[in-house]
Amino acid sequence: MSDSPAGHGPGDIDENGRPAGDGPAGDGEAPGAPRRLIGTPPPAKAHALLAGEPPGRPPAARELPADPPDPAKAKRAERVVAACFLIAMLAGIAFIACYVIFTGSTLTDVQHSNLALGLSMALTFLGLAVGATIWVRRIMPPVELTEQRKPMRSADEDRAAFAETFDEGAQASQFVKRPLLRRTLIAASIPAAIAPVMLLRDLGPLPGTSLDHTVWRRGLRLLAYGANTPIRPGDFSSPGGMITVVPDGYQDDFNALAKAACIIIKFAPGQIVYTSQPHPVPGHVVENWTVDNIVCYSKICTHVGCPAALYEQTTHHILCPCHQSTFDAARGAEVIFGPATRPLPQLPMTVDSQGYLVARSDFTEPVGPSFWERS
Amino acid sequence: MPSISLRRRRPAAGYAVIALGLLTVGTAYAAITSAAAASASAPGITSQNQLAEGRAIFLQECATCHGLYAQGTPGVAPSLIGVGSAAVDFQVSTGRMPAREPAAEMPRKPVQLTTRQIHALAAYIASLGGGPAIPTAGQVSIAGANPGLGQQLFVTDCAQCHNFVGAGGALTYGKYAPALTASTPTQIYEAMLTGPEAMPVFNNTTITPQQKRDIIAYIVETRQEPNPGGFSLGRVGPVTEGLVAFLGLLLFMVFAALWITAKHGKAHE
Amino acid sequence: MSTRSALGGVGGYLDDRFRGAKGIRSFFRKIFPDHWSFLLGEIALYSFIILLLTGTFLTLWFKPSMTEVVYHGSYVKLDGVRMSEAYASTLNISFDVRGGLLMRQIHHWAADLFVAAIMAHMLRIFFTGAYRKPREINWLIGIVLFTLSLFEGLFGYSLPDDLLSGAGLRITQGVLQSIPIVGTYLSFFLFGGQYPGNDIIPRLYILHVLVIPGLFMALIGAHLFIMFHQKHTQMPGKGRTDANVVGAPMYPYFMAKTGAFFLFTFAALALAATFAQINPIWLYGPYNPIAISAGSQPDFYMGFLEGSLRIMPAWQWVVAGHTFALNVFIPAFVPLGIVMTGAALWPFLEQWITGDRREHHVNDRPRNAPTRTALGMAMVSFYGVLWAEGSNDVIADHFDIALYTVTEIARVAVFVVPILTYIITKRICLGLQRKDRHLLEHGVETGIIRQLPTGEFIEETRPVSEEMRAKLVLPAPPPALPGGGHAPDEDVPPPKMRGGMGRVRARLNKIVTEQVPAGTHGNGHGAEGDGAPARAAIGAGPHGAGQAEAGDSPQHGTPSA
Repeated sequence: MSDSPAGHGPGDIDENGRPAGDGPAGDGEAPGAPRRLIGTPPPAKAHALLAGEPPGRPPAARELPADPPDPAKAKRAERVVAACFLIAMLAGIAFIACYVIFTGSTLTDVQHSNLALGLSMALTFLGLAVGATIWVRRIMPPVELTEQRKPMRSADEDRAAFAETFDEGAQASQFVKRPLLRRTLIAASIPAAIAPVMLLRDLGPLPGTSLDHTVWRRGLRLLAYGANTPIRPGDFSSPGGMITVVPDGYQDDFNALAKAACIIIKFAPGQIVYTSQPHPVPGHVVENWTVDNIVCYSKICTHVGCPAALYEQTTHHILCPCHQSTFDAARGAEVIFGPATRPLPQLPMTVDSQGYLVARSDFTEPVGPSFWERS
Repeated sequence: MPSISLRRRRPAAGYAVIALGLLTVGTAYAAITSAAAASASAPGITSQNQLAEGRAIFLQECATCHGLYAQGTPGVAPSLIGVGSAAVDFQVSTGRMPAREPAAEMPRKPVQLTTRQIHALAAYIASLGGGPAIPTAGQVSIAGANPGLGQQLFVTDCAQCHNFVGAGGALTYGKYAPALTASTPTQIYEAMLTGPEAMPVFNNTTITPQQKRDIIAYIVETRQEPNPGGFSLGRVGPVTEGLVAFLGLLLFMVFAALWITAKHGKAHE
Repeated sequence: MSTRSALGGVGGYLDDRFRGAKGIRSFFRKIFPDHWSFLLGEIALYSFIILLLTGTFLTLWFKPSMTEVVYHGSYVKLDGVRMSEAYASTLNISFDVRGGLLMRQIHHWAADLFVAAIMAHMLRIFFTGAYRKPREINWLIGIVLFTLSLFEGLFGYSLPDDLLSGAGLRITQGVLQSIPIVGTYLSFFLFGGQYPGNDIIPRLYILHVLVIPGLFMALIGAHLFIMFHQKHTQMPGKGRTDANVVGAPMYPYFMAKTGAFFLFTFAALALAATFAQINPIWLYGPYNPIAISAGSQPDFYMGFLEGSLRIMPAWQWVVAGHTFALNVFIPAFVPLGIVMTGAALWPFLEQWITGDRREHHVNDRPRNAPTRTALGMAMVSFYGVLWAEGSNDVIADHFDIALYTVTEIARVAVFVVPILTYIITKRICLGLQRKDRHLLEHGVETGIIRQLPTGEFIEETRPVSEEMRAKLVLPAPPPALPGGGHAPDEDVPPPKMRGGMGRVRARLNKIVTEQVPAGTHGNGHGAEGDGAPARAAIGAGPHGAGQAEAGDSPQHGTPSA
């Protein structure tokens, strides 16, 4: 360690850069005096000074008392500490025993095992911790020592010597004198620093236009997620109904579903606010994209992509549970509260020849959270 | 409480109407207030005595808000025509109805009618316009159901409101999805079928009766299963865990630090 | 006690080879000051060690793989469910490895405690001014460690690939994607393509178990070495100055105490893991990108980011065919930036404002630096509002408040509460200072009423004890800015202080160095004169020149009282 806590070595200097002697500093400045203040003096100097002190070193005065001030109290504390350690030992044995005894993998088995192992483990550590704390507080003699600090700044002569040494080295290396060496070395290190970064290029493909599309395409059936059955408008006939749907053939493909998941919502007649325009108008459901008062929206929130699916059939609100963006399902999933900026995209929908709900096309805009390339 | 949230269950009633093909009430159901519909006979009538008892209960407990003919009061209470016995059983057996006062969300409370009375009332309401019936014990039995599939369905279509273990959660404007801790399998089934309050309807063609049993099995098994890791902390996720980390763990450690560093013995001097 | 016993045998063998006796002897006698708040950092250190131990245990069974498997394990409820190997192996650790659940829970609790302790430790450092010269670099290292701990936690939380952590990952991806220009590329590179891809779990795994812990160990090593080399700060007290350190020696006192504290940490975590279930991933179910749960929350340390995302109004620019997703980008990066950058810059800003280039080894009592304390509390309240908003749905649900109302209140509170907190805290600090000053000047009220010969009744007081006095006196103020600072209009400011920046500096100086003036009660002026030298700084620069408040009290007086 670089700093000597003794603080009174011959070479030490105090905070003003003056050499410090072993005695009290001459100017009588107590705070700056580089002298160790000794804690509780030991009641008796029973022990000899440390033998074998290095020659030339003045024999150090004992700084730590050897015995606690009140032996009777310490004796009582000793018993308590020993009891704590015994408890810890027993708990440790119990832990091993519990490990052997509590087996099985049912929830109840695991519950019992966790309780037994955890309790015995906690008791082991707690016994040791309490014992050690009482030991240090009640049995070790109390002590308070003072150690002097030196300013963090090196002494002026040390700094000067350092600067000299550094300059000598710099000159000997010829680094300063030979610009050709210096410049070519720097030039060589630049590509060496870039190369490892290049290696990271294959971490992933470039986005391209992949975020603009989902797997939905013309004629793809909507499957009720879970049962994975196609849906006829007549099956989904209760106003106020809502169900999660996925594209046929992709029901197990999480990478596709992360963008393609949708919800369909059944309205009572007259509840939907329509527009006939082919492109989505904020606050309006595109009429020819719905079937029999059923609307299909992306389930992926346009804020940061959580599945937004808290549907309140009384208010027609779709609420995202992550950040509470709220969309009005009857009005083209327009944002009515929260941090989302865009409506949930509507999936163009129709029925196929067998009467099942199918997509008319992919979404006409990117689904999910905003990104830089999105316009 | 905002009056906007007082409109409830109209679409639920609409479901029942369509399911039974009662075209007379049909798609214009929401506007129906005519007393004629109230007298339309419905299938499944048990006995005239039961209907009479149900009617008496209705007039005493429900008619104040829902109207003498169950036609509803705009802005206060929805029409009950066509909601079916399942909706009545759900609302009354969970204590939500008869309501004490209008609220954004009707809270679950102690049941105020006997089972016999509930069934009479349900039969009477069903007689007004049909609707989904109370499921039988066999329909809600979880024996042989697949809780794994139930889990998948639950997290896709239920957990967004009711939370992954059915602990409930907040909705907009003071509404909330209730916890499913006390719901009986019958009540869960009825809720899916009828879509009470803000809840969407999950009819038997979108979530089949078998799948409903899977979902019920998942809910029931989840709430019954022990917590192997200790106290559950409400099973509401990291919020309570964070509180325990600060108020339990960190505080415990601060006390340990206080003890370790407290002045001990007769110190120096 | 003899050389033979200590340096006989193994000790002697080692010293023959390493010449360690001298160095280790001074190590043994290194003095550590005692204060409970100095152990907050140790909680973090020991949590980290426990994280390494339990984490290593978990890696023996955990499979960082997104390969899909059909589960047929002990948790029968999920029998037949498709899930990633990562999730299945976490179920396996929880239910089939004996003690596995306990280790998982200790690991997760330790992670929570780790971050909580870092926060508490940083606040302690900030409010006591322990970051001041010469410790600015260590403060910066601490901020880096804190930032790393957030990432380490987030990545670890994501590894089991359950429904809750998947939601966190989904949000992370959405946030990444919102970064202008490079966001989409960063996201594609991190996830190996479109979300979720098949690479993210193994990649997060290696970051979580190797890269970040490696950085942690290097930085914690540096953090501790610097602390050790510069010696610990101490709280104000009798005989404690900027030129010494008062406490108990490393061996045996500090070793025993810190050892006991490590055991306490382990015991606390074991108790938590025994009695409080954490992150029950079996209840959340495997991740599925189309499923979500109400009340989806991150672990507490990410809560303020979650809250800031929730609070943000829907702002977005579309400029020249490109989208600036301000609704995501601003809340995800600005509050974090304010807190972290502000914390990192503050020591240097404070130094510039006060012109204080002295070394400080005695901590400030928070009341004695009212502006700093008020700023810190304002920052804490800013963080707190965002944090609370991060669980706005839970608040709405449990306290029966409408969800939007909670958010709307938070939108106002995030600006108003920090300002109020600043004002109130500063008033409280100055009030406490005034109380201290009163005690110093008039002594402690004894409750003894005496009648003077003039008939007047007075209450007798007795002077405060030396120990108390050492605590109560204000630290020596920094030297006044040349021509600025305390009395800017007294003389013509020097050229350095004349420009716009100079005027700003002078004005800030006035705010930052605001103290209760001495001698407001007409006597007892000596109190400060007595106290100042006891805390006289060592190190650079002439000090004491032109101090308006220290008056003529000498910097080199004797500390007698």
